[in-house]
Amino acid sequence: MSKKDVTPLVEAAAGNEPAPARAAVPALELADVGKTFGSVIALRDVNLSVDPGTVTCVLGDNGAGKSTLIKILSGVHKPSTGVFSVDGKPVDFSSPRDALSRGIATVFQDLATVPLMSIWRNFFLGNEPVIGPTAFGFMATKSAQKITKAALLEMGIDLRDTNQPIGTLSGGERQAVAIARAVHFGAKVLILDEPTSALGVRQSGIVLKYVLAARERGVAVVFITHNPHHAIMVGDRFYLLNRGRMIAEFVRGKVQLEDLIQAMAGGAELESLAHEIQSIRK
Amino acid sequence: MSFLAPTGNINLATDDRVAETPWYVSILRRPELGALLGAVVIFIVFTAADTTGQFATLSGAAGWTDFAAPVGIVAVFVALLMISGEFDLSAGVMVGTSGLFAGLLISELGWGVWPTILATLAMAAVVGFVNGLLVVRTALPSFIVTLGTFFVLKGANLAITKGLTGTVRVSGVDQADGFDSARVLFAAEVPIAGANFQITIVWWIALTALATILLTRTVFGNWIFASGGDANAARNAGVPVNRTKVILFVLTSMSAALVGVMFLLRLRGMQAGQGVGQEFYYIIAAAVGGCLLTGGAGSAIGASIGALIMGFAAVGIPYALWDQDWVSTFLGVILFSAVLINITISRRAQGGRKK
Repeated sequence: MSKKDVTPLVEAAAGNEPAPARAAVPALELADVGKTFGSVIALRDVNLSVDPGTVTCVLGDNGAGKSTLIKILSGVHKPSTGVFSVDGKPVDFSSPRDALSRGIATVFQDLATVPLMSIWRNFFLGNEPVIGPTAFGFMATKSAQKITKAALLEMGIDLRDTNQPIGTLSGGERQAVAIARAVHFGAKVLILDEPTSALGVRQSGIVLKYVLAARERGVAVVFITHNPHHAIMVGDRFYLLNRGRMIAEFVRGKVQLEDLIQAMAGGAELESLAHEIQSIRK
Repeated sequence: MSFLAPTGNINLATDDRVAETPWYVSILRRPELGALLGAVVIFIVFTAADTTGQFATLSGAAGWTDFAAPVGIVAVFVALLMISGEFDLSAGVMVGTSGLFAGLLISELGWGVWPTILATLAMAAVVGFVNGLLVVRTALPSFIVTLGTFFVLKGANLAITKGLTGTVRVSGVDQADGFDSARVLFAAEVPIAGANFQITIVWWIALTALATILLTRTVFGNWIFASGGDANAARNAGVPVNRTKVILFVLTSMSAALVGVMFLLRLRGMQAGQGVGQEFYYIIAAAVGGCLLTGGAGSAIGASIGALIMGFAAVGIPYALWDQDWVSTFLGVILFSAVLINITISRRAQGGRKK
């Protein structure tokens, strides 16, 4: 075993401050949502509610249904059953653009930025500021560069040169820019797809910091991950997804890291697996 | 939140290992740098090897720009298309197709030159649109789709020309209405200090400037880079990737038609095989000019410099009394070295990032 157990540290970072009380109207809500692809049931009876100014973590192992859940929230897929509401009103998104127009921004793990393009071009991609007659479509390049720098600084990202290709940044910084971009363009809900899974410890730290920065600005953050350590440090609410079902729900202050790890690994399942491996070794 | 430090205090993203960007790095990042250095070197080599004393004079310049302009006009748009991540192998044969189309409208149907030019550009726009639509709808590589268009048009050029005129040449356009006025705009010679410069050079420079502004200063330019850099990320950000690509196919095809019309007016006729093989010149010019074959990076000015290098070679090699047959070999070597230099430079400028 490791010489030093970091669990207390991680738990200390999470703090004991109780999660904010439930908002009257959640920013996002899924009620008994299910999704089937042909005969495959990807999700069933999922209930989830995400409040503004909180971080809601969705934890799950591979194949638990996290990707399907993200795709429903971001408007890629429609739920087969159940109700998906935004700000208390049922919605029926037919594309990610619809979700985006309702203030739901999704930062996909590797598909958030175009590596060869400069940081400021990436920042304004899809939201380019126009100068002069709209028909000509001239981009306000100078002010775009300034705004990029300022908006990134506001989120605590200090980059000297917004003209460098974004591919020269580290993975964590790229995710951070993508988060800052979503926040800057007024995202009310920010869905992060495994933002730390491909990153080292230090890089993950950068991303987690900006997750909290977004939360402080009143954004409802949905943080999808399979890393309980990262989740517990930033999360207010925790949902555990296993084989397409929500198997547990936790609230900050009443959850220990051990609980999350246990629940994620499927408790009993892990126990029987341990026995099985043990019997093989004998 | 104790670890959410206020900005500037303990800031993980402020990395002291990141130095201020020095001025020369921003120059090194320019995609056309390799082409520009190459052009200077090649110019010096041909000036030194010149046996006529004409290469580095105005009349020499008239010669190499005459070769470079028609290549450059199309290469600039092929470059934009390549930056968006697509190829157009049918751009060369489109020069012939549009010249023949225009020639036949004039000689067979008795159309005036000006309406013919408009109809030819419209025809080219349709061909480009079909190319683009096939590429985005079938999701086949544009290499295959436009290779198909290339051969369809190549065959049609020959068959239709032979079928209608009985020869492999369309001629007799100089009797048509508006021939002289159209020549002023598309095929005139402008004498400057005793050297005859082609009017096509003006088109070439103007279109290079236009394409550069489009690419670097407009919203559409941002979409071009994004479509070629990472189409998925671009779509996630709300960029209409398919529309961007289709528009670029249309522009490429229309630029080829413009050159076709220029050749028709200048030569007073058109061979059925005209333009075939030129598509590789365009791609070479774009690649020499710093366009990535995988898309996402490049420049329109670079492609024009690439075309200029070809002009240097086409005029410089006979002036140096070298065997003319080696021109293609020379261009092949240029292509290879320029792309190597471009990649090395951009890797350095990007801080050793792979790819």
